[in-house]
Amino acid sequence: MSSFGAYGGRYVPETLIPALDELERGWREALADDAFRAELHDLLTTYAGRPTPLTPAERFAPGKRIYLKREDLLHTGAHKLNNALGQAVLAQRLGKRRIVAETGAGQHGVATATVCARFGFECVVYMGEEDMRRQRPNVERMRLLGAEVRGVDFGTKTLKEATSEAIRDWITNVETTHYLIGSCVGPAPYPEIVAELQSVIGREAREQILAVEQRLPEAVVACVGGGSNAIGIFHGFLEDEDVRLVGVEAAGAASLGSGRPAVLHGARSSVLADEDGQIADAHSISAGLDYPGVGPEHAFLRDTGRAEYRVATDEEALAAFQDLARTEGILPALEPAHALARARDLDAELILVGLSGRGDKDLAEVLERLSR
Amino acid sequence: MKKLVIYLVAQPETPELAQAAVEGGADIVELGFPFSDPLAEGPVIRRASERALARGMRTNACLDVLARTRALLPETPLVPMTYAAILEAYGYERFAADARDRGASSFILVDLPVEEQPAVRRIQLVAPTSTDERIRAAAEATDGWLYLVSVTGTTGARTEVSPALAPLVDRVRAMSAVPLYAGFGISTPEQARAVGELADGVVVGSRAVEAAEQGTAALRDFVASLRSAIDA
Repeated sequence: MSSFGAYGGRYVPETLIPALDELERGWREALADDAFRAELHDLLTTYAGRPTPLTPAERFAPGKRIYLKREDLLHTGAHKLNNALGQAVLAQRLGKRRIVAETGAGQHGVATATVCARFGFECVVYMGEEDMRRQRPNVERMRLLGAEVRGVDFGTKTLKEATSEAIRDWITNVETTHYLIGSCVGPAPYPEIVAELQSVIGREAREQILAVEQRLPEAVVACVGGGSNAIGIFHGFLEDEDVRLVGVEAAGAASLGSGRPAVLHGARSSVLADEDGQIADAHSISAGLDYPGVGPEHAFLRDTGRAEYRVATDEEALAAFQDLARTEGILPALEPAHALARARDLDAELILVGLSGRGDKDLAEVLERLSR
Repeated sequence: MKKLVIYLVAQPETPELAQAAVEGGADIVELGFPFSDPLAEGPVIRRASERALARGMRTNACLDVLARTRALLPETPLVPMTYAAILEAYGYERFAADARDRGASSFILVDLPVEEQPAVRRIQLVAPTSTDERIRAAAEATDGWLYLVSVTGTTGARTEVSPALAPLVDRVRAMSAVPLYAGFGISTPEQARAVGELADGVVVGSRAVEAAEQGTAALRDFVASLRSAIDA
């Protein structure tokens, strides 16, 4: 089991521990199996559309050399598909044909519904009712893809409660069901699995930027909710000690910036929690960042100093969203708009930004905010 | 005599409710210390936990309720049941010491696997999905009795006693002589009697929490109906 210092672990009911052991064994065997890697590579290439391009954004930040890693151009419109495809192949190897997932912005739900359609799996996606309201198009997409979307109408009605309900479903149906978690959170080995499946972003981006610039970027910037697109792009540069890794959280959901060590959803990490360990509410315009926890590896990278974490406000993200649209002709999702907001005022010149998803899902929310 | 264990969520009025449960025939009272994100709970205990937290039932307030319950019930074993997040914040050994000081007989952590914090002695849980190796480890490590999670699932009423319970009892008995108390999904007197024929004790949670919401008399009557079914 990989270790993230004081973070990670398996804080789940006993019912799930044997399934996590089975998942861990299945994952190790898959990683060592060329057939698994070949099948995943084929799907990523012929189905998902990898490699995604690297786009210079010259008009967005004059005076800097910003490159966008275009996960928004991946099939289904976000990086989430990298993980969903990998875990679907894994579920098939484990003999599980029912999939449960949680979703916040709906991008992971859509990716999961997509791979379930592709593999012929039954698919149930839990989503907070507040998120169903603000990400309506993704709810409709999931249903068209054949998934059952179950609204979660208690607590914050967002990603935190949707994740808890997905885990409760998994506890109840563990013998037939794979839990296809969408971020590098949850009990071990999930953070490691998701990071490995998303690390394709960083590997590609490193090769691509070396090919264009003949040097590595000064900084790699990515948004962090649970943190899967950030961990995926960071993994390409972890050994390049001169490359700064900068994660950007929503100001109202800064688990790394203002959290404390606590346990949420099966792992110990840096969490928005009170002194008694009770989880606090997060707030963000971006449903995908509206989560009080974060992957344990990010907490570890923060403590070791290898990565630095900053915040962007709702207003800064909205401004970056509009500016990228008007200067580059790209509508980013609100989540990576946070990364764009910090990248353009970062004290560095050559910067790689993870553009983790496209903004179509956010149009209603953005238009409503701009009309106020 | 089969043991009857009643679960209540810790609230200001819990000492009197616990007393009513004992008058109705409970042998042991579990006190749920509420957590904001309780993964093992079905809707009844989740909602009761939310309400308790909204009333300020944080760790110190729960420990005070434990102490007041102990003052009313000097003889009854009292067992806090909670989540690792609470002890991560409070400190595992500090919690064990303070809970004992306020009258706890032991305690239960729903989401802390047996291999974690081995120095902190507590009642361990096993489930129908547990491997023999894990059952053996839990039976060796447990504090007094072993909690059998009778269903593959969360807490809350079911229409039938789980068919997974009898095979689980057989597997554990083949490895250990430790007393086995079964919970999760047991809500009616008929179910309690059926479970009492398999295990050494019966734990009733969600339905007891609902009865407690109706007051001490309703809880006393409900517990008495369980007691007479188990003893019949």
